[in-house]
Order: sequence, then C-alpha cells, then structure tokens
Amino acid sequence: MSELSVNHLLGIKYLKEQDIQLIFETADHFKEVINRPIKKVPSLRDITIANLFFENSTRTKLSFELAEKRLSADVINFSSGQSSVKKGETLIDTVNNILSMKVDMVVMRHPNPGAGVFLSKHINASIINAGDGAHEHPTQALLDSYSIREKLGSVKGKKVVIVGDILHSRVALSNIFALQLQGAQVMVCGPKTLLPKYIDKLGVKVETDLRKALNWCDVANMLRVQNERMDISYFPSTREYTQQFGVNKELLDSLDKEITIMHPGPINRGVEITSDVADSKQSIILDQVQNGVAIRMAAIYLLASKIKQ
Amino acid sequence: MSQKVLLNAKEVNIILHRLACQLIEKHTDFSNTVLIGLQPRGVFLADRLTKILEDHYKVKNIQLGHLDITFYRDDFRRGEKTLEANTTKINFLVEDKNIVFIDDVLHTGRSIRAALTAIQSFGRPNEIELLTLIDRRFSRHLPIQPDYRGRQVDVINNEKVKVNWKENDNEDSVYLIEK
Repeated sequence: MSELSVNHLLGIKYLKEQDIQLIFETADHFKEVINRPIKKVPSLRDITIANLFFENSTRTKLSFELAEKRLSADVINFSSGQSSVKKGETLIDTVNNILSMKVDMVVMRHPNPGAGVFLSKHINASIINAGDGAHEHPTQALLDSYSIREKLGSVKGKKVVIVGDILHSRVALSNIFALQLQGAQVMVCGPKTLLPKYIDKLGVKVETDLRKALNWCDVANMLRVQNERMDISYFPSTREYTQQFGVNKELLDSLDKEITIMHPGPINRGVEITSDVADSKQSIILDQVQNGVAIRMAAIYLLASKIKQ
Repeated sequence: MSQKVLLNAKEVNIILHRLACQLIEKHTDFSNTVLIGLQPRGVFLADRLTKILEDHYKVKNIQLGHLDITFYRDDFRRGEKTLEANTTKINFLVEDKNIVFIDDVLHTGRSIRAALTAIQSFGRPNEIELLTLIDRRFSRHLPIQPDYRGRQVDVINNEKVKVNWKENDNEDSVYLIEK
C-alpha cells in the first residue's frame, strides 16, 4: 500500500494498521532527512498549512510548525487567545475565513472532543487533529509507537502500561487504539478516580498497583496529571499521588527487568516521574520529541499527496 | 505487450567493464571521487560498477552512496499515486568532492534535475557527472546529457526500456517493451 486510506488524520480510530506502517516507513526517510546538514526538502512548496490552536500548546505546535517548514510548506499560525473567537465568532466561520485565503491543510487543537470530525464535514481542506479535548491526539500516539518500535524493534507483542490521569487524557485513548492495532497488549494504571469507568471494554487491562503494573510491562508511558482539566479533587494530595503512582529510581531498580520509560510531556518533575528517571538511559523522552517531527512530516506529506491540484 | 532484447548478459558485462575503465581514466584512484547510485533502479548499477572497480581493477576505498530523490521530484500531487520514498544512504560529506551520479536509464532528465537539488543537502560538491547505462535519445525535457553512457537507443513514446539485474531480476539484460 502506498497511500493512506483516509483524507484527514482525525484519530487513530479511523486508521488501518497499514496506514500506521506507511506513516512509520515514510517517517524513517524523514528521520534521515532531518539529520542531514540541510534539513529541508521542497515537496510541499505549493501547499499552505494553517495551525489553529484553540488551546495552549508548546511542543506540539513547535513540532508541527517545524515539520511543515522542513517540508517547505507555507505556514500561518493562529492562537485563540489573540483572535476573534473571543468576539464570538463560530468555529466554522473562523476556519472558513482562514480557508478563503487559500489554505490547503488545517492542523487543529481544540478543547472540544470531536471538533476535528465536525470541521471535516463542513470545510474543504485536509485536517490533522492535534488534540481535541480528552478524545484523541493521533500524532502523539503515532510518535509514541514509533519510538517503541525504534527502541525495541517492534510494537507487536509488547506490553505497554499507561500510567496516570487516563480520564482526562487524549494521549491515552489514541495510544490504546494505536498499540492494539499493532498487536501490543495495553494496561492502564492510576487511581480509580482517574480511570474511566468502562475502560476495560476497550480490551485493556486495568491495574491500580503501580509496582504490579511495572513488573508486567516492557514499556511504561507516564502521563501528566492534568490539573487544568480537573474541576473537582480526584486524589487527596499531590504528595499522595506521587507516593502511589510516581516512578522513581528505587522503584525501577527493584524490578526484575529493565523497562523503557516514556512521557508525552510536559513533565511535572517530582510528581509522576523523578528527575533521575526522566534523565536516565531507560527514558526515551527526548527521542520521542525528535521522532515527533519525523512522524508529523510523514503524516503531512502523505495527506498532502492526496490533495489533488 | 511485446518485448525485444536490447542487450543480453554478455553485452551488459562488456559495457560495464568499459564504463569502469572510462571512470578510471578520469578519476584515477578515486581519492576525491564519490559514486552516487540513484534510487530505486540506479543503485544496482552503482553497486555493480563499484564491485567491478574493486575486484577487477583493484581500485581501493571507493565511496559509494545511495540517493533517494522522491521528496525533490517535480511531479508531487500530479499523479494518481502517492510518491513512495526509498532509503538514502550517504555516510560522508560531499563538500568539494567529484560526484558521479549513476542511473540505469536517462529519459526525460527530470530525475537528474531532482538529484542535483537533493545532493545539495549534503554539501557543495566540486563537480557532478552523470553515468547511465541506457541513454534514450530525443526524449529529454531538460538540458541534461550523460558524461558516460553505456548504449544510446532510439525509443518512441509508447515504449519502455527495462533494465534487469541478476541481484534483483535473475538476469542481466535490457529489454525494449512495447506497452
């Protein structure tokens, strides 16, 4: 297969396994490109991409922008903080105004789940979901799997535990879909209050004891506690959360095997992960960031090639 | 679909040896020369020529690379299919080097145009030459000509030249295929 089965990247849910493999193979080539003395290719010189961020982001926005520029696309940026959204403009109106400036592709982050799907039904441009509420964050899940594949050779058959705030996490949901599609076993681990009630219906194991979870897994993906999305208290104190669900060096050293540690960022050092673990050899956190650019280049390239002239 | 043999294994072998000798004539000990096979089909020719230079003519330490031009092509989004990339393998800098691009068939010259852009990502070479096994006459879209050519052929538009290699297609041969 040499073509994606979709015209938008709205969520892992809509992808087939072959799509993921195609994105990975293309990302391999882009990873080589971004390690050259000149890190830019001219493929997308006639494509304009709008980055619409209706919610804060540092890493994802920078990563997308860098990926777009490495592909020679023209890039326009938009953050809701400085826009007419505050004046009451609707999402479709905002986006249609931007598209009338001849934009071919939209990368969007939005606080509402399903915003990308909604938009794809109403506008004529290729859409990449850069995170919609607590729903999906497909490029993050792709780069996480890609980093596992790079570190351990393959994703198939691996045991991955996602630890922390599963309830508010779009990264968790996209990761579960992506890992299962590639034949990995997935477990979620966290305080009961932060585990969605019917999460086991997705075919994942559920664990509330971190030590048991770490002993089971090959890879642990540590998530941040998303305080900004919490309107009530989900655990007694940060200190107690850290004691039960934080990873530290002593805990890792006491396991039978060496596991790989991941984190989608931003890290709350000393809460879900201690500094010595985050900066250790077992951690592939910075590889994830580098792979993010290659993965996003691949996704943008493959989607752009479906936009006909 | 009919096909005609343009070159058989023996003829291919003779031509490869001649091309190898022509390269030696110009580049002597290859100390400042790098050979770059163009993906996907030029790499077989590049690998084979390198082997002949090393085994038969005792040239040592030849620097050989593979260059993929997919992301530099000028027909992105113009065809039906997504352009699929291949591996680029250039483990050296080409700054101030004499480069020989190696490809199996020179047709419109557009791949070579893309390769000229692509190689700039690896430095500023001293000079670039082009070696092709088959040169299709009267089919160029760009002012590009080979410096070393195996065989020049006249091919009309609905015909295709297919180069086969033992490593990949079980035999060394060149066919003219009528579509």
